[in-house]
Amino acid sequence: MRLTNKLHITSPIDAETIEKLTAGTQVLISGVIYTARDAAHQRLIQALDKSEKLPFNLKGQTLYYMGPSPARAGQVIGSAGPTTSGRMDSYSPRLIAEGIKGMIGKGMRSPAVKEAMEKHKAVYFAAIGGAGALISKSIKKSEVIAYEEFGAGAIRRLEVEDFPATVVNDIYGGDLYQEGKTKYVIE
Amino acid sequence: MVLPATYKEKSRITMRDIDTKGITKIVSHLFQEACYQLPDDVITCLRQARDREESPIGCEVLDRILENAEVSVKERIPLCQDTGVAVVFLDLGQEVHITGGDLYTAVNEGVRQGYNEGYLRKSMVLQPYSARVNTKDNTPAVIHTDIVPGDRLKITVMPKGGGAENMTRLGMLTPASSRQGVIDFVVNTVNEAGGNPCPPVIVGVGIGGTAEKALMLAKKALLRKVGESNPDAETAELEREILKRTNNLGIGPMGYGGRITALAVHVEVFPAHIASLPVAVNLQCHSARHKEAML
Repeated sequence: MRLTNKLHITSPIDAETIEKLTAGTQVLISGVIYTARDAAHQRLIQALDKSEKLPFNLKGQTLYYMGPSPARAGQVIGSAGPTTSGRMDSYSPRLIAEGIKGMIGKGMRSPAVKEAMEKHKAVYFAAIGGAGALISKSIKKSEVIAYEEFGAGAIRRLEVEDFPATVVNDIYGGDLYQEGKTKYVIE
Repeated sequence: MVLPATYKEKSRITMRDIDTKGITKIVSHLFQEACYQLPDDVITCLRQARDREESPIGCEVLDRILENAEVSVKERIPLCQDTGVAVVFLDLGQEVHITGGDLYTAVNEGVRQGYNEGYLRKSMVLQPYSARVNTKDNTPAVIHTDIVPGDRLKITVMPKGGGAENMTRLGMLTPASSRQGVIDFVVNTVNEAGGNPCPPVIVGVGIGGTAEKALMLAKKALLRKVGESNPDAETAELEREILKRTNNLGIGPMGYGGRITALAVHVEVFPAHIASLPVAVNLQCHSARHKEAML
């Protein structure tokens, strides 16, 4: 893996780091992140609505939209690339307001999510979809902590080292998908 | 109705037996291979895309995709965690006699075994509009059968990921929209999908028939070797024009901006009703997984 020109950051991501992250920045994330797909998001929102205890404290944390393939004996996790983030859009503004600071997935976010990111200072990263074998190498520990009944969609606490991602939406309204396209479009 | 003896005798002589056990085994094997090994034509095409890409981040993405394909084979980790809906195409020779059970049960058993033994993710849920309970073995498969001449059975498997499949569009255009209308519809579909279907994509297009026929054509177009043109010269030219316009969109690898949004555009055509011009677009992510076998 080529490590030049990439920013090493730690999750949970602190406020100072978030200010440095702008659309297009390539990062290598180390620390702790939590997986959640749409079913888990729905559960988290229901728990918040009922003021129930959440499986983990959302404050400052990073969510990874990912449901892995099963691990073989001796593997930490199976293939572990991002899923499409748009399916989380209806839940994300609420979770951002509750303290989520980082989200990792792939594909575009809704205007409401981007607005929430700017307002509450959160960042959206994309990982490479369809590179789940490679990405799995940066996951050093994986533990299901909630909603086991969802199988691949359970919430997992992951310990990661140099997890490769790219900032798509920053706290300043920057959007890599729009900027990248504008740069290369041929009218 | 009683068939004449000569007909019965003749049909008995020419039928070839294929046992369901062999079908189960091969379906299981094909899904496992498909999910770990990207076809050579796809890898070649990705390498060519890497050479043509101008965006630095686009090149980086393509490098990682190619590296991922190596890691997958070497370490037996699926190319992508989304090992798909199990789509199976059967070209069943009309002189084949299936023995030892029913054909679709055998195919589903192959899916069950393949996804379990291969450590592939099981993604199918029952009652998709409400409970969404996982079937835990990735069945049922989506099976398409064509009856063809001959005494062989061709099995093609396609583990189809959800992200790209969700970007499918069907347009029932008016005949007045014509060629330009078709081009605009396909290009707009790719444009609106943006980075969601994991570009660079392969764009499957079906033109003509009825609504479901157009969708089937679009899906089957994805089974062609990447970049192989339609044998019809006019349709091949249409493919080239759509590909050019698609790559002018600037979406690039994973949507980060770049020259390569699509690796190829494959168009299949069927005659249509005088009142209709159906167009279907089925997108295939860069992890273009499919494998086939002939029994």
